[in-house]
Amino acid sequence: MSIFLIFLQKAITQGVAILYGANGEIMTQKSGNLNLGVPGMMYMGGIAGLIGAFFYEKYAANPIPFVGMLIAIVCALLCAAFGGLIYSVLTITLRANQNVTGLALTTFGVGFGNFFGGSLSKLAGGVGQISTIVTSSAFRAKIPFLSEIPIIGDLFFSYGFLTYFSLALTIFLHWFLYKTRIGLNLRSVGESAATADAAGINVTRYKYLATCAGGAIAGLGGLYFVMDYSTGTWMNNGFGDRGWLAIALVIFARWRPLNAIWGSLLFGGLYILYLYIPGLERSTQEIFKALPYLVTIVVLVITSLRKRREDQPPAGLGLAYFREER
Amino acid sequence: MQQQHAIEMRGITKHFGLVVANENVELTVRKGEILSILGENGSGKTSLMNMLAGIYFPDAGQITIDGREVVIRSPKDAFDLGIGMIHQHFKLVDVLTAAENIILGLPGKLRLNMKTVEADIRKLTDKYGFEIDLTRKIYEMSVSQKQTVEIVKMLYRGANILILDEPTAVLTPQETDKLFDVLRNMRNQGHSIIIITHKLTEVLSLSDRVAVLRKGESIGTVDTKDATEMSLTEMMVGKKVVLDIDRPDPVNPVSRLQVDGVTCIDREGRKVLDDATFDARSGEILGIAGIAGSGQKELLEAIAGLRPMTGGVITYIDEKGKSRVLSRMNASAIRELGVRLAFVPEDRLGMGLVASMGMTDNMMLRTYRGGRSFFRQRKQPRSLAQQIMEDLEVITPNIEWPVGRMSGGNVQKVLVGREISSAPQVLMVAYPVRGLDINSSHAIYRLLNQQKKLGVTVICVGEDLDVLLALCDRIMVLAGGKVSGIVDGRTAKKEEVGLLMTSDQYEQQSAKEETIA
Repeated sequence: MSIFLIFLQKAITQGVAILYGANGEIMTQKSGNLNLGVPGMMYMGGIAGLIGAFFYEKYAANPIPFVGMLIAIVCALLCAAFGGLIYSVLTITLRANQNVTGLALTTFGVGFGNFFGGSLSKLAGGVGQISTIVTSSAFRAKIPFLSEIPIIGDLFFSYGFLTYFSLALTIFLHWFLYKTRIGLNLRSVGESAATADAAGINVTRYKYLATCAGGAIAGLGGLYFVMDYSTGTWMNNGFGDRGWLAIALVIFARWRPLNAIWGSLLFGGLYILYLYIPGLERSTQEIFKALPYLVTIVVLVITSLRKRREDQPPAGLGLAYFREER
Repeated sequence: MQQQHAIEMRGITKHFGLVVANENVELTVRKGEILSILGENGSGKTSLMNMLAGIYFPDAGQITIDGREVVIRSPKDAFDLGIGMIHQHFKLVDVLTAAENIILGLPGKLRLNMKTVEADIRKLTDKYGFEIDLTRKIYEMSVSQKQTVEIVKMLYRGANILILDEPTAVLTPQETDKLFDVLRNMRNQGHSIIIITHKLTEVLSLSDRVAVLRKGESIGTVDTKDATEMSLTEMMVGKKVVLDIDRPDPVNPVSRLQVDGVTCIDREGRKVLDDATFDARSGEILGIAGIAGSGQKELLEAIAGLRPMTGGVITYIDEKGKSRVLSRMNASAIRELGVRLAFVPEDRLGMGLVASMGMTDNMMLRTYRGGRSFFRQRKQPRSLAQQIMEDLEVITPNIEWPVGRMSGGNVQKVLVGREISSAPQVLMVAYPVRGLDINSSHAIYRLLNQQKKLGVTVICVGEDLDVLLALCDRIMVLAGGKVSGIVDGRTAKKEEVGLLMTSDQYEQQSAKEETIA
């Protein structure tokens, strides 16, 4: 396989987790909530899935890959959605500052992941000893036959199902946001909560549901990283800054899910580009790792200059809503 | 003739903290009529209607719709009762199309087929004769088009009772005529329409009955055919109230500030201040009256060097008779000239003071430039804060207590105290007693009079005509950004000022009649 093909393949692998995170955050931001807790919720989703799979494999006599997979997914969804719920209660009901709450949630989620990751290592008998190989195999199963086609098979059909699901989910999200009544209502909540309220939309319910569902989606990104990318094991802080990349991708994609698909490929590629450039040292690598953020800044500058209304963030982003405010 | 009432509101009361928005208000609306609600700013028109629309919930009182007692907890409840309100600031999502805005929040099939939705709306717009491009985004529309979208939105939801909050404030006369035709058409089809306004000509030409509110209370409802501009103005502003406010005679007033032809435009390019010309004299209080948004704020900001002007000259004449041109200078350039302007803005905690800081730090905001050291020098501002606290009887636990947590009256004392401590030559105050109780108000009046006696030129923007008539030596009235008249505060009648406040509408009216003729 040529080096270029490998690069593309790795870029896709890198992009999947970011794409889930970005989709979750797009869903959340469309309701007007700027949840900077995405990195934390991704950690929560990842570790919860791992814990579920670990105990299933530990205590089941003959663990079945498919069952382990279902358990991991349910755990990840619930735990990450719980992260979204914490954020919702604080910002929607108690009207706390969204930025502060989100950053706190990230700190909490990362700590939550590392704490339970460490405990799990201890149970498993030492660092790097966690193994959920059965469950992971279900996540990593390639498409039979198709993946054996040379080049095309490697490039398109050599991934676990969460990769394809991320694409399906993105397209579904686009359809949901732009082609359904509920999606229209959700967008109006994020644009102008007062308008949505006056139109008879239950603003609080929409914000809660979108934020929790957004958390769950982001959690799948963490689960993908742990189960597929890391083959079912845990390394503290192993997830790195992919959560922040997901937030940057939301801006890069201008809040549109379909843009996030190719954006995630670009971000994934830029994120690992340093591995493919010869002669880089540890210090110079970091410059290349910053490329996705630089690209995001460029996009921000360009969209600010063009001032196209459709490219702007939801107008009510970051604002708490209280009906009787004067 | 016994007519069934579409709406009956009885004993409606609504308070916001200490501010009374509505007190024991009574209102009835008949089926198939256009009712105007008339009142000055702050008379509680909008909050009363917000209670029908489910935005506010009344503290007391009952609402009956079609003879049935109801509780309206949310806008959705209001829709279910057939009440639709068109707010002064349109409730539309800018980045959505007209059709999308119209169907927001409505039940229906999950999958959205805009084609069928648009066809459905089109049936309605054809019935009433609305011209509207349903696929257009709101941000591409003019104000009157947006208003049409709002009206269609309400009708599509089956609204039988339509409330419009100052619908003509942003319309051209032609657009206003068109709107009125639509409203009459709707009335003839059996809808009840409530229109909030303070424009007398519109009330007389459009409505069947007029309900008048003043200071949150209902004054009465009259048939339009029995009303005249004079009788309505009297109901709106009320009989003259005698207030016990001191008014010393000005001591040899000389012209201090000459404003000549000042014009300002807002972001949309509309003239918010149009050729304002007047002079303000030393040792007198010049009051500025007008309906909110007539250019008061812009005028003060232009003088203070906070707002760019598109035309006109502002000249300051000092004690020795030397004149200096202030226009086209910013606030710090004016200060460097040695002209001491003091400005107490309407937005006390936004523009005047920093809410989270104590009195001392707020004093420093005006004096920090004088400091030489790298570190803050708080000794002087602290003693100034202490002095203001004692002299003006500011009630606060200590001078470091955040001003945002003080009561409105004390906040205003801190702000006024700071401004007069700079020994100004011109003192401008905007709505100095808004939200203040009677004692605090009198404390502020005393301070203004004190400055007047010191020879300061005081310019006071106010909303309560009784206060302006009792406090000011002269009163300038602004209407639609223009100076519609300057009257003597000692001899002017309240109705006279009231009519001047709405005078720009007659001009519009007569100009239109001329073009028709």
